[in-house]
Amino acid sequence: MMRIKTPGKGRIRRELDKRAPKLVETGKKTLILHGTKTSGVLNSVLTEIYHLKRDDSVKYTRRNDTVRPFESGGETSLEFYSLKTDCSLFVFGSHSKKRPNNLVIGRFYDHHIYDLVEIGVENFRSMDSFSYDKKFAPLIGSKPFFAFIGEGFENVDELRHLKEVLLDLFHGQAVTNLNLAGLDRVFVCTALSSNKIFFSHCALRLKKSGTTVPRMELVEVGPSMDMVVRRHRLPDDHLRKEAMKTAPELTKKKEKNVSKDPIEGKIGKIYIPDQKVGSVPLANIAKGLKRERREAKLMKSEDKKQKKQKQESE
Amino acid sequence: MAEAQFEVDLGNLMAFDPHHRFVSPPSSREELSKASIEHGTKLVQAIADVLFSLPSREDQDGPIVTLPAPTTKLPRAKPLPKPRPPTNWEVFAQKKGIQKRKKEKLVFDDNTESWKRRHGYDRVNDDNDIPIIEAKATDEPGTDPFAERRKEKKGRVDKQEKNRLHNLKQAAKVGALPSHIQLAATALPITGTQTMTKKISKDELQNVAGMAATATASGGKFDKKLPGEKPPKHEKKYRKFLPAVEGSGMGSMERQQTEKVLNKLISKDSHEILNVEKAVNMYNVKSDKRQQKKQGGKSSSSSRLKPDKKSFKKSSSKKSPYKGKGKSK
Repeated sequence: MMRIKTPGKGRIRRELDKRAPKLVETGKKTLILHGTKTSGVLNSVLTEIYHLKRDDSVKYTRRNDTVRPFESGGETSLEFYSLKTDCSLFVFGSHSKKRPNNLVIGRFYDHHIYDLVEIGVENFRSMDSFSYDKKFAPLIGSKPFFAFIGEGFENVDELRHLKEVLLDLFHGQAVTNLNLAGLDRVFVCTALSSNKIFFSHCALRLKKSGTTVPRMELVEVGPSMDMVVRRHRLPDDHLRKEAMKTAPELTKKKEKNVSKDPIEGKIGKIYIPDQKVGSVPLANIAKGLKRERREAKLMKSEDKKQKKQKQESE
Repeated sequence: MAEAQFEVDLGNLMAFDPHHRFVSPPSSREELSKASIEHGTKLVQAIADVLFSLPSREDQDGPIVTLPAPTTKLPRAKPLPKPRPPTNWEVFAQKKGIQKRKKEKLVFDDNTESWKRRHGYDRVNDDNDIPIIEAKATDEPGTDPFAERRKEKKGRVDKQEKNRLHNLKQAAKVGALPSHIQLAATALPITGTQTMTKKISKDELQNVAGMAATATASGGKFDKKLPGEKPPKHEKKYRKFLPAVEGSGMGSMERQQTEKVLNKLISKDSHEILNVEKAVNMYNVKSDKRQQKKQGGKSSSSSRLKPDKKSFKKSSSKKSPYKGKGKSK
């Protein structure tokens, strides 16, 4: 017998509803974890990314030996974690001789791996190494600006993928109303070669200028590093198509035959179909004619009727 | 340098300069970062120009601006939710034109002349509060009206549960079950999206049964068939051999067979059946290998370690069927 199972009420139900798929999606959560071995550099990279995305990310502290994103069997643990924490982005750090300071950034679709980018971190400078006036420090959760420089981001496959993934990772929530006073950070990415980019996080200073548009000044604040793209995996075509589907917009039906005239207001045209003057059957009314014609018509119709009756009787 | 427009995605506050290229990479780290930041400032200024010229409304924290939709599309994290099919009641209400009306929480009770709540403790028109029920002419003596009322209420509740289950099943068929509800004979934890398991059709079952039957030692020939199960579709024999001694009647079957093959080979469309290039390549490769083996056997010592490869296969059957015959004659 079928049973309806509704786990709990109130808080549990609200939590489940929060995780349910929505028509228009708001922010994605990030899972930050590391593998069997990490280096000091990688540890600080992971902590800094966590600080940059404090509100919507989860950082695991223990090492995870079973997680190998690029191998076919090694994704199951990741997918399980994504299911439990409801995260759709992950940053996985690992260090080995072959791949030093390795960072794998990946995304999930429906809690299965969607795509992966593997980058190596070089020349990392942490947030502490920058000295600046502390009152310009950007606040957590503010919507950042993005500046991508270089033709590599358009021509090279891997850099294009990395651009999309970095945008997804750092762009925060999808908002419609933005408070202009709260803009205080920029992510600057410059393509240095076909597989290397320079990534930097800067604070914004809005300075007075003559017009309404303030003058922007960038102060290097946050972590800066060189990212070398090592491997990447794009999603399959049909998975990509499914993930890119947007909500079926309620198409506002175009009002036909309505035009506005400044003098007369709303105008619509009435289209009359052509009258087929020739083929309209006319009624055999004898009214309105002169007597002779009237009698002649009536006689004619009587004759016709008699003929018909004769034919039917025969 | 004629700087073409940057690509500005206002919805994501992103600017992209597709025309920049490092002619020579900057020598030191500071120069690189300085150059990047300078360039970045230009891009951000371009975005800000457009952003601050949007119509804004004043708020206590600052001017608020409505951003347009982003142009770079990012993939979703979860699949699109499917719209829920209307419930039985919703269909009925739409047909009749019944509108939903918001009910007040407090209702005036005439008996006690006070405002009582509609649902819950001490509610209006509570069924259990009625002390006396007057007997109607249709009532049989001996029936308990209070028990009757309770039975009716239970019947109504059960009917409602049945309807609710039916509505949820309809929603589950489409895949639009609400996330906090599970319909299950067993209790499974809610994981990811819940899709209905596909029902297996009769044909699929037959195919699978046939496949399983071939796993037996006799190939499923002597398996006990269940009532209604059809015999396997395939005859198990995949090759047809001609009889050793031809009886009279049909004529030369062997000749017919060979004629059929020849016609296919020599016909106009023979290039579709026999790929001459591939056949020639195969032959060439095989003869090359044979030659190499002969030469290799004389010189290198590694051939001693390699075992003698005797090919137990028959020679290539791509040759004409009449060749052997010609020689024997």
